[in-house]
Order: sequence, then structure tokens, then C-alpha cells
Amino acid sequence: MMKSEFWRAFARNKGAVLGLVILAAIVFLAAFASFLFPNDPWDMATAPFQPPLSEDALLGSDMLGRDIAAGIAHGARVSLLIGLTSTAAALAIGVTLGALAGFHGGRVDDAIMRFTELFQTIPNFVLAVVLVAIFTPSLTTIVLAIAIVSWPPLARLARAEFLSLRTREFVQAAITTGQSNTTIILRQILPNSLSPIIVSASLMVATAILLESSLSFLGLGDPNAMSWGYMIGAARTVIRQAWWMSVFPGLAIVLTVLALNLVGEGLNDALNPKLARSRG
Amino acid sequence: MSLSELTRIPTETAAMTTTPLLDVRGLSIALPPGADRPLAVDNLTFTLNPDEILCVVGESGSGKSMTAHAMMGLLPAPHVRVAGGSLLFKGKDVLTMPEAEQRSLRGGRIAMVFQEPMTALNPLMRVGRQIGESLREHTDLPAPARRARVVELLAQVGLPNPAELAEAYPFRLSGGQRQRVMIAMALACQPDILIADEPTTALDVTTQKQILDLIRSIQAERHMGMMFITHDFGVVAEIAHRVAVMRHGKLVEYGPASDVLNRPQHPYTRQLIASVPHYIEHRDDHTKAGAPLLVADKVRKVFHVGGGLFKASKEVVAGDDLSLTIHPGETVGLVGESGSGKSTLGRSIVGLIKPDSGRILFQGTDLLALDRKGFRPYRRAVQMVFQDPYASLNPRHRVGDIVAQGPVAFGEDRGKALARARELLAMVGLDGSAADRYPHEFSGGQRQRIGIARALAMEPKLLVADEPVSALDVSVQGQVLELLDDIRKRLNLAMLFITHDLRVAAQVCDTIAVMRRGRIVELGTAREVFTNPRDAYTRSLLDAIPGKSWHIPEDLQAKMGSGVAGAH
Repeated sequence: MMKSEFWRAFARNKGAVLGLVILAAIVFLAAFASFLFPNDPWDMATAPFQPPLSEDALLGSDMLGRDIAAGIAHGARVSLLIGLTSTAAALAIGVTLGALAGFHGGRVDDAIMRFTELFQTIPNFVLAVVLVAIFTPSLTTIVLAIAIVSWPPLARLARAEFLSLRTREFVQAAITTGQSNTTIILRQILPNSLSPIIVSASLMVATAILLESSLSFLGLGDPNAMSWGYMIGAARTVIRQAWWMSVFPGLAIVLTVLALNLVGEGLNDALNPKLARSRG
Repeated sequence: MSLSELTRIPTETAAMTTTPLLDVRGLSIALPPGADRPLAVDNLTFTLNPDEILCVVGESGSGKSMTAHAMMGLLPAPHVRVAGGSLLFKGKDVLTMPEAEQRSLRGGRIAMVFQEPMTALNPLMRVGRQIGESLREHTDLPAPARRARVVELLAQVGLPNPAELAEAYPFRLSGGQRQRVMIAMALACQPDILIADEPTTALDVTTQKQILDLIRSIQAERHMGMMFITHDFGVVAEIAHRVAVMRHGKLVEYGPASDVLNRPQHPYTRQLIASVPHYIEHRDDHTKAGAPLLVADKVRKVFHVGGGLFKASKEVVAGDDLSLTIHPGETVGLVGESGSGKSTLGRSIVGLIKPDSGRILFQGTDLLALDRKGFRPYRRAVQMVFQDPYASLNPRHRVGDIVAQGPVAFGEDRGKALARARELLAMVGLDGSAADRYPHEFSGGQRQRIGIARALAMEPKLLVADEPVSALDVSVQGQVLELLDDIRKRLNLAMLFITHDLRVAAQVCDTIAVMRRGRIVELGTAREVFTNPRDAYTRSLLDAIPGKSWHIPEDLQAKMGSGVAGAH
């Protein structure tokens, strides 16, 4: 597909453009967090329990006098980092297994799909909690835990795409012209199955951010990294006295997830134009 | 077309003096901006009389279906709309009628039969109820009377056990039976006009003949006016009283069937008729020289469908005891209806399917006994041209890459392979810049040329062509067949040509094998099979060829092998 065509289709969805703007702002915040808020977000910046719009803290301070705004900016880093890396890891596992299952079919498919179902039968969040609890919380273990619980849907999607593309005539032509299985999977089938995978991956980033926040809320986040979920979790006991401590990080989560969903929908419109047209 | 041309149309019967059933005057249908042309139908004028079959002939994109859809109010509004003209039904303009009146006309006085019987019936509703729907809508018959009428209609369209069949769901019926149900549905309210949009295109040739016979007899019985849309001049010869030929939305020729078929005037009509595939009488028998290139010996393949962990699967015998030989330079045709197993044999030879038993000997080596590695060198020697020009090229690769990928996989230098790809693209009649473009920039016929170039890049000895022209328009079909014939002669290629269309096989093949239900029922030279068929099934196939009693005018008969045709 031509690039300009892609952008035109994407821009037709106004929500998607809005999502992209919000997402850009969050990325900006994350990228320049240490410039905007040079002090460690864990350090005491001002008096505890300062309401929003006070002198040293735009969005107020928490019960230990830490700046909420600084926490949100630095938390954006953690959220985006975890969202992106865990999705990338889930993509690597899911697409590889799905591609192998769909391409080879038969027993390979059976074996891989039973393995996938094994993961799907265990509730996502419970499995993630157990994994993080076993392997002591750190950024790496959280990323791995999220990836391990989120790859099955990607595997199923990749498998379905490969199953249908495998019987297409251009793939059969590749077989009859003697191309190797690796070439066929990587060069012939994968590029044609990417659109739906990209769309669900973009939505998965949002899910991963929510998962990370939930883990941190339960106190299973990385103890050295400031995170939105941790901020809400820590502030939940004082929510009646100091609403700002949990509302602002909460808003940050809502906005990020919303933006990612809007962008995902826009990608869907742009990458699967046939579906988009039939809906509109 | 100009007025002077219109007045030239000869009056055929007394029917012309009565008011026409349908009078289309200067109809124009506009396409949305950005389409390949502004008007789908451009100033179209024709009439349909009672008791007459008018065939509207044209290739894809000629606007023939749009005309029918405009009549039935099926245009995809608001993108496509009528831009001018009128559609008079018994003197009243359908386009300006109030919505309610239009609705009672459609399905009541004007009925339509669609191309795809698979998708035109609601899969979740018993066929009897589907037919009863339009009776309920357009008549005030009580329920028992409706049921009786449905059974009567099903009997009229020649379905066995009509009472039982009315209770069946569509999936239990064959394609031909579904099309009969569609016709019964269209006839339910005794329409004055029946519009049939390629009603037999999706059917096998023997079923097509039965449906055409049915349509003709029903039309004659009820004295309906019928507008029959088709791309096939054979079908036209079979049923038409009058013919309208359309091209790019314009009417190019219009007149009684005998005139248009035997003395076509417009160059486009002449080109279309010349492209109708047919048996060439003076074709020489192929002289089989030397050892056979390929021998298929008692090949058998059974597919297992369904089944699961606790359920046994069902066996479908796709091929049994299939034996044939192909000599260097020979074209062998494998002809059969859908599900006859002809593709199974072709795919077994190129190694896409592994048969259960039998041998496939290529220059004496049994390909089936080889493992993956041992088979690899033979991949080059046997190449395939696929059916669907839209699905057989990877949409994300440049055409040059598509052609060069095979040789590169066999270790050829990429630069060299690309240079060779350009030469091959030129050889199949595409210009040099084609290599740098993507498949979607090409038409169906051009894509099929690319597919042929891809196969030739491997320097094969045998080409397996699986329905290479069945997805193409008639005039393009002729050009691709000519290209295949030319290349085969120039490179002394052997070819296995798989087709469902006996006319196509007749035109290109030296030897013909007729398949039915997984078996070869007749094998002989094209001349023998066509002039003196031994098997009853072959005879019924030959008998079912539409328009067999019509002979293409002498001056338009194709002469194969007159050089590479230009790309279209």
C-alpha cells in the first residue's frame, strides 16, 4: 500500500488523529521527564498533602511530600516502556508459534494449539500475579510475565492468517518454484498477514499498560520505578482526604489507554480498508 | 450510438408493433468520482417485447449488470445513481414512480435471477418458505394455498419430490438445484419480465444446459419478456431472440440474434465472436516422437474430510487409477466438471499434493519415490500456471521479483535473474517497466501473463496450466491461449492443460483426457474425442456445449500460433 494512501485513510478517522495527538503528548512527557522534573520522583519535594496548584507542586503532593506531576511524568516512562517491550515479546512468541502452527498444519498445529489453550484456560491476571510473585518484582520479570499471559490471542490470530494464506495460489507458486519454507513464511506469507496483527498489537499495548498498573497497584511493581499503578495503590488509603493523589495518575492511565485504542481503531481502518468501508 | 444507426435495426416480428414491455430510453448511470470512467452506462436505449429473450452481452465492466440493477433498484446508492434517461415498464417510468409502487413492481411484475445460487438463498431458511415470502408479499393467498403453490412451482422448475424439497435447507441442494429454486422464486408471482444475470455462469456445463433448457421452455410457456445477461456467445446462440452488445457502458450492436451471430457488424462484436473458443477442424494430430516426458501410472489420491479425535473422517476419492502420458511438445487436455479430480492430478504432478499410490515418472524417474531433497531438481522441470490471476501473485512484491524469485531460490545471481525476468516479461507481451510495478497495477489478463513468465523463468520442460483462462474475459482469454500456444511451440514445451471448458480444450490440445468422479473415462486425440467420442459421458459433455449448432462465421475463426498477441 502506498504511504500517502495509508495516511489519508488513517486521517479520515478523527478519533484516531486525536488519539495520536494524545499519545504524542504522553511520549513527549516520557521522553523529557528528567528534563522537566530533574529531581528523583521518589524524593521529597515539598510538604506532604499539598493540594493541586500549590506553589511547588502543580498537581499536588502525596503523603510523603513527593511531587505528583513528577511521578506522572516518570511513570509515563515505565508504562510506555513496559507496554511496548511486553507487547514486542508477546508478538515474538505469539507470531512465531502461530506462524508455525498455521503453516505446517496437522500434528504441529495440534501440538501448538493445545499448548496455547493451556495458557488460555488460566485467567490472565492471576497467572501474571503468580509469575511476578515467584520471580521477585523487577521491570524484566514484569515484562516477561505480561508477555507470557498475552501471547495466546496473537498466536491464534497469526495461525488463522497463515492457515488461509497458505492455500493461496501465490504461496503454492512459491512452493512450486522451489523456495524454502523459511523464505515462504518470512517473505511471502508474513508481510500479507501483518495488518491484523499490527492492529491487535496496538490494542495489546493498552492492555499491557493496564496489567502493569494493576500489578503495581497490588504492590507487585518494580520497587525502584515510579509507576502510575503504584501511585494509585499508595494513595488509596487517603482517597477521601487527598483525591488528587489517585485521580491524576488514574487520568493518565485512562488517557493513555484511550489514545492507544483510538490509534488501534484508526490503524484498523487504514490497514483493513474493506472492513472499514462496510462499517461506514 | 447515433440515431441513424438505431433506425437501421430491422424489425423482426409482429411483436414490434405492440407496446414494448420494457422501454429503456437514454439511460445513463453515473459512477462515483474517481472511478475509471464517469458513466457506468452511457445513454443506453433498447426495448424488450413480450414473449422475447433479449440477450445483453458484454465483458466485465461493460455495464450490463448495472442496467439490470437499475431496473431492480439495486444500485449501491448514493455512490452509483441514475444520471438520466427513463425506464418505461408498460409505458410508466419506473424511476419516477413512488417507492411503494416500485416495490410492488419488483419481485411482482419484474423478477430477477442472480448469478450465484450459493449466496442468493438465505442459508437458514427452508427453500419453501423463501419462495412463499414473495407470494405473501405480493398476493393475498392464504397460507395453505401458498404452500400448494410453492410445491407446484418447484415441480414446474423440474425438481424431484417438490413437497419434500420445500422443507429442505439450501445447503442440501446442489448448485443446479439451487438455481432452479431461484427460478421458482422469481416465477412465484408470474412476472411479466424475468431478468437473469449470468444465471448459468457458476454452473457446470451439463447443469448449464439443463438450466438453459428450463429457462427457454418456461419463457415460451408463459410468454414472458426476458432479459438475459451473459458474456458467453455460445449461450446467446442457444437462447437469444435478440441481442444487445455492450462495451464500456455503451450499446455497440443491437439486432435479431441471427444477424448479430452470423453477420456481426461492429468490430467489437466481431472480436468477441472471434474469441469464442472452438474446435479447429484442420488441426494436425500431434506426432509423438521419442520417449514420453511424463508418465502418470495408476495415480490414486483419497482425501479425508472432517473427523476429529473421536470421530472417523469421511473418505473422498479425488483420483483413482489415473494414467496418462505426455510427450515432449505435446499438449494434453484434462477436461472435467468441478469435483472430477482434474486439479488433483495436476497438483500431484507439480508436487503440491502427495498421492497415496501410483507412480509419476518424469523422464523415467519416479517423482513420488523421491524425498524433499531429491525432488527439488525436478521442481524446475515441472512448472505451474495458476487459475486465479488475482490470488496467484503476491500483492506485496514487485513483478520483477515475483518472476525472479524461483531462479534465485535455486542459487542464481539476483541481478542476473532480474535481467532475465525483464526479458521474459517482454516475451509474454508486457513492456519493460512492468518489472518495477506491483501486481495490482495490472489487469487480469496481464497478471496471467506475469504468471506465465514466472513459470518460464524456471526453464521448465512441462507446464501444468490449471484453468489458466477461466477467470478471464472472453477476448482476453483468446489472447492468453494464443500466447500459451506460441510459447509452447517456440520452446517445445509439453503442457498439461486443465480446464472445465471443452471448447477451450478443443482449441489448444493435441490429446484430451476426460475425467469424471476421479477417473479418466476417455483418452484420445482431440480429433477422436470431438468427432467420435466413445464414452457416454463425453458425449453428454459435448452435447452440453452451449451454441453447438451455431458455427462461428468463417472469416472470424481463430488461427492459432500467429505470433505473440499484444497485452491486454
